[in-house]
Amino acid sequence: MAIGRRDGDGIEVEGLVREFKNGPRAVDAIDLRVEAGEIYGFLGPNGAGKSTTVLMLTTLLPPTAGTARVAGYDIVSDGPLVRSSIGAALQEAALDPLLSASEHMRLQTALHGLPKAERVERSRELLERVGLSQAADRRVGGYSGGMKRRLDLALALVHRPQILFLDEPTTGLDIQSRTALWDEVARLATEDGVTVFLTTQYLEEADALAGRVGIIDHGHIVAEGTPAELKAEIGRPTVEATPREPGELGRLAAVLERFGPSAGASPRGAAARLEGGEAQLAEVVRALDSEGIAIERLQLHAPSLDDVFLAKTGRSLEGAEDDEEAEPEAEAVSAA
Amino acid sequence: MNGGLRVQVGQLARRSILRTLRQPAQIVPALIFPLFLLAVNSGGLKDATNLPGFPTDSYLTFALAVPFMQGALFSVMNAGTDLARDIETGFLNRLALTPLRGAALLSGLLAGAVVLGLVQAVTYLTVGLIAGAELAAGVGGALVIVALSVLITVGFGSIGLFAALRTGSGEAVQSLFPVFFVFLFLSSMALPLELLQTDWFHAIASVNPVSYLLQAFRSLLIEGWNAADLALGFGIAAVVLAVGMVAASGALKTRLVRT
Repeated sequence: MAIGRRDGDGIEVEGLVREFKNGPRAVDAIDLRVEAGEIYGFLGPNGAGKSTTVLMLTTLLPPTAGTARVAGYDIVSDGPLVRSSIGAALQEAALDPLLSASEHMRLQTALHGLPKAERVERSRELLERVGLSQAADRRVGGYSGGMKRRLDLALALVHRPQILFLDEPTTGLDIQSRTALWDEVARLATEDGVTVFLTTQYLEEADALAGRVGIIDHGHIVAEGTPAELKAEIGRPTVEATPREPGELGRLAAVLERFGPSAGASPRGAAARLEGGEAQLAEVVRALDSEGIAIERLQLHAPSLDDVFLAKTGRSLEGAEDDEEAEPEAEAVSAA
Repeated sequence: MNGGLRVQVGQLARRSILRTLRQPAQIVPALIFPLFLLAVNSGGLKDATNLPGFPTDSYLTFALAVPFMQGALFSVMNAGTDLARDIETGFLNRLALTPLRGAALLSGLLAGAVVLGLVQAVTYLTVGLIAGAELAAGVGGALVIVALSVLITVGFGSIGLFAALRTGSGEAVQSLFPVFFVFLFLSSMALPLELLQTDWFHAIASVNPVSYLLQAFRSLLIEGWNAADLALGFGIAAVVLAVGMVAASGALKTRLVRT
């Protein structure tokens, strides 16, 4: 039954499940709520269930169980109404390399039913907004990754969606392109009031953009809150040290482990979460000195979202994807 | 067709045509390969015209029907691989997020096949006539040949769309090409049905629809106007198109699992 949309509705998810044939539950009874106008970061390694969640919330994949309302509409019974309220830039920038940006915009504006007179103006406005005016008539096959992502974003915005889904929008981009896209996403939320559901495997992306973050692992949401809340929950900083002599790395790690569990570090260094907080730093230095280990570099890191992930799952986010299987998205879109 | 559907079909057709025109690798082989085979066959098999009962003394005229069929087979590959690529790259998901109707998608995608079919038919006919083939049905016959060729091309193209939607794989679609070529070889491609002496081959060619599609072209090239042959040819082409579109529509519903 279609239910009327209420202004300002965001995303409400209850017990959402997706099972694939002969596979595990890609999404296992997740609950979440995204307020209107909020940027919600959905953080997790490859295969955690992020993209499957997005496919369900964008109506491209029916859930196995559970309910979700997007912009006030049920994702199962009100699919067309959900789609009219959302824009989406899915995991790969799905563009036609033989068409230009203008031709993409022309197609997208027409398919969304914009009046003919409005199509050209809306296309021009969006291409300018994402900085592609100069390249508008070039075929997309020659675009850089950043340009493709920006065009992808522009295409998602042609019908002025209330909610925007961005599935790993900056994966594979250089830092300059990534920052430019972050700025644009932030502007969409703050100036245009667009609700943004952003999946990412980059901690700094969630940290920089998201008002609230949900961390998903093996289909479960393992933590949720503002980045500050999540870090405060962990509360312990990490000390990372690099020995002057590479052969001392093992001894160095052993010393650090006296102060807390090991944490992710650069390949040449070792790190530990300080159970006693920053005050233990002086003790760490004294311990290393008394062991006669010469230090090339010593750093104190404030708690990060990776620390949160580590605390909640027992694994570091940076390395977690190596343990994961890819999400069965091919099956998702071809599910019979 | 209402306004919204017309716009959707028009825009997708425009994209399909642009894609076809911007891929010389789709157009050139579809033009060159059948003409090359035509040259080889009409040179190597010309003595077949001496067989009693052979309908013409020009093997080139007899063989000119074949490129229209070969060209249509290329449309299976082209239409199918284009759609398979859209599935593989996620472009179909982009389209699925718009209010796009399935009928518009399929019709629009076949527009590229129409253009390719037109270019192919006009080229084959022009080259054939320049090389000395006859056209008994005259200018009107030429128009009917082009129309039939386009209809067959679109019909075969719809099978390509079905294959793409079922498999989601460009490689799988391309693997259909040899299968279709077997159908062509097991037909009256080289000799009229009546002159096929090998029993099993005659039996297969007699039930192979390709034989009757070829005969429709040949009737216009060799005899003039033969209503029965034309009706059979257009009828078979229409059935292929109808079956292909129904199958593709069903496969599209399965592929687009949007709620």
